[in-house]
Amino acid sequence: MRDFIKKLSDARGVSGFEYRMSDIIKERLTPVADEIHTDILGNIIAVKRSGSENAKSIMIEAHMDEVGLMVLDTDENGFILFTNIGGIDLRTLPSAEVTVHGKKDVWGVVGAKPPHLQSAGEDKKGIKITDLSIDTGLTAEEVKKLVSVGDSITINSEFSELGSLICGKSLDDRVGAAAVCDVFERLGRINLDLDVYAVFAVQEEVGSRGAKVSANALKPDMAIVIDVTHGLTPDNPDNGFKTGSGVAVAKGPNINPELFDKVTETAKRYNIKTELEIEGGDTGTDAWVTQTAAGGIPTVLLSVPLKYMHTSVETMDIKDLYALSNLITLFIQDYAGLYRLDRLGDFRVGQRPLR
Amino acid sequence: MYLKELCETDGVSGNEGAVRAFIEDKIRPYADEIYTDNMGNLIAFKKGRIPKTIMLSAHMDEVGFIVSRITDDGYLKFKTVGGIDPRVVVSKRVRIGSVPGIIALKAVHLQKPEEKETAVQISSLFIDIGASSKEEAEKKVSIGDYVSFATSYAEVGDKVKAKALDDRVGCGILIDLIMRENIYDTYYVFGVQEEVGLRGAAVYAHNLKPDAALVLEGTTCSDVYGAKEHEYVTVCGGGAAVSFADRTTIVKRSFHRWLYDTALKNNIRVQYKRTTMGGNDAGAIHRAKDGILTASLSVPCRYIHSPVSVAAVSDIKAVYELAALFTERWEEMLR
Repeated sequence: MRDFIKKLSDARGVSGFEYRMSDIIKERLTPVADEIHTDILGNIIAVKRSGSENAKSIMIEAHMDEVGLMVLDTDENGFILFTNIGGIDLRTLPSAEVTVHGKKDVWGVVGAKPPHLQSAGEDKKGIKITDLSIDTGLTAEEVKKLVSVGDSITINSEFSELGSLICGKSLDDRVGAAAVCDVFERLGRINLDLDVYAVFAVQEEVGSRGAKVSANALKPDMAIVIDVTHGLTPDNPDNGFKTGSGVAVAKGPNINPELFDKVTETAKRYNIKTELEIEGGDTGTDAWVTQTAAGGIPTVLLSVPLKYMHTSVETMDIKDLYALSNLITLFIQDYAGLYRLDRLGDFRVGQRPLR
Repeated sequence: MYLKELCETDGVSGNEGAVRAFIEDKIRPYADEIYTDNMGNLIAFKKGRIPKTIMLSAHMDEVGFIVSRITDDGYLKFKTVGGIDPRVVVSKRVRIGSVPGIIALKAVHLQKPEEKETAVQISSLFIDIGASSKEEAEKKVSIGDYVSFATSYAEVGDKVKAKALDDRVGCGILIDLIMRENIYDTYYVFGVQEEVGLRGAAVYAHNLKPDAALVLEGTTCSDVYGAKEHEYVTVCGGGAAVSFADRTTIVKRSFHRWLYDTALKNNIRVQYKRTTMGGNDAGAIHRAKDGILTASLSVPCRYIHSPVSVAAVSDIKAVYELAALFTERWEEMLR
């Protein structure tokens, strides 16, 4: 899974520009999928059919876009002005190396006004995006030829190991996408009386727009959404989970309580490390729109702890992702195989399935 | 020139050994005499035809960090070595020797509005090497270890991008110069600790006491977005930058005029460095012993002292050519 994560993490795909992911994911899943297609917004959907006509369906979803930047203008000297797409951490941008995805990929560095030119007190302030620009080292004419308004920009950061951890850009949520592929492949090797949809959604970072559409189109009987949650660091000792602590299973209004119980029972049964993540409302993930799509879909959210979210050096423990993939695979296998199928899809709030 | 190798080798002030070893290996065949002094400066001497002594120098060190503490949960606290704007280091990749790390700050979602609106302080940052405990971190890193940016060198258009162009670009030019035939007795000096206060230069200038000295540098270049033309200081691609005065040195007028005019006469692109801010080894050299005739010649580097700086290939060539003319005709300025 590590090599596949590297491939996905190193690929560039800001919200609205996820097409590079499409080839990678399709190449991987075509051998196991009964169908695979890209919808109008760009979501990739792979389907594994059970063969039986009235089979229930389950959707496993992760988003494949990343936060990044977009070209607004170029000035007379060839410097590129930009805005953000999604909640990228502006404090990480000065002196970051980037790629401008113009007519061809162009290297650049985010420049800020040098300290000696800043007025008194300016150096005490945070940096505004309007103070920044991208220097490509090219002449203004070359830049005008290659770069247009609306081109996407990504931060250069090659996937790497960091001690026992992994580090790269857009692990949020490419690791989720890798887990969806992993689960889909493993389920593909067994006969399930269940249709499985693997969904790789676009545009989560700008408001879960892709997930809304794919959930509406597929109307699954239940959905498992995979995303990242905050890892603990010295400057964030409380809000999140230590990397390596396992799968964060969300609980709260966004989460179907019955489905939550089944997932946590599965984790207990197989001794999979989990932590409880309490969310009082919007989980800030695709789970939020999935729950209310297509007339209502019972949804659970499973996450892995990730440090430095929305930077080019997102860092996590790959063991947490293995645990997450195992948990989902075992959950689906058990509840689709060992138990009566009609229990699936009957996860409406307040109505416990009959035993 | 070896600019790629020079820039990708790490040598934060006080830890220039790897850079020195690389340079020594390349220049040894060309030097009549080569040694490292008590401070760590690498000094190569070549005998000339005329028994007057000139000195060309560049500094080997670069700005970076030093590990000051290892936390219980395995993160590294650090201090800066040389002048670095803390705002440019967040989320940048670094290495502590061969150990990779990242300079980290909690995620944007967890920052309070007032935290986002103020400049980040070095004291609130830490380095993550992926260790989960102090014991695990201590197996790889010790307090006092030096930290460098992990930036690769590349050519982009007619420019180069790399870390430590200040002053590996000067070192590279100096390596090329030592390979030329020389007329005067010449010291080629690769100095240490410029970035923490011109400390290597104070020592080698005292010991060598040349008749004239030329410092080869990478200097500030602000021809960037957000700066007005009168604030540019130097222009990237505008030619070799001649200093007339900075915070550390007022250059003898006949010397900087000679450099500027000689460049013009020989079709070498030249510009004055148009500020009196900043400083370099010339500040220590011109005050050594009973005074040394000193000037500096620089390659403009955008985003100097940051993880990645940018310089024009044509400017590097211009500095080389003008420095070469200095080695041949510097006595013209005395007439």
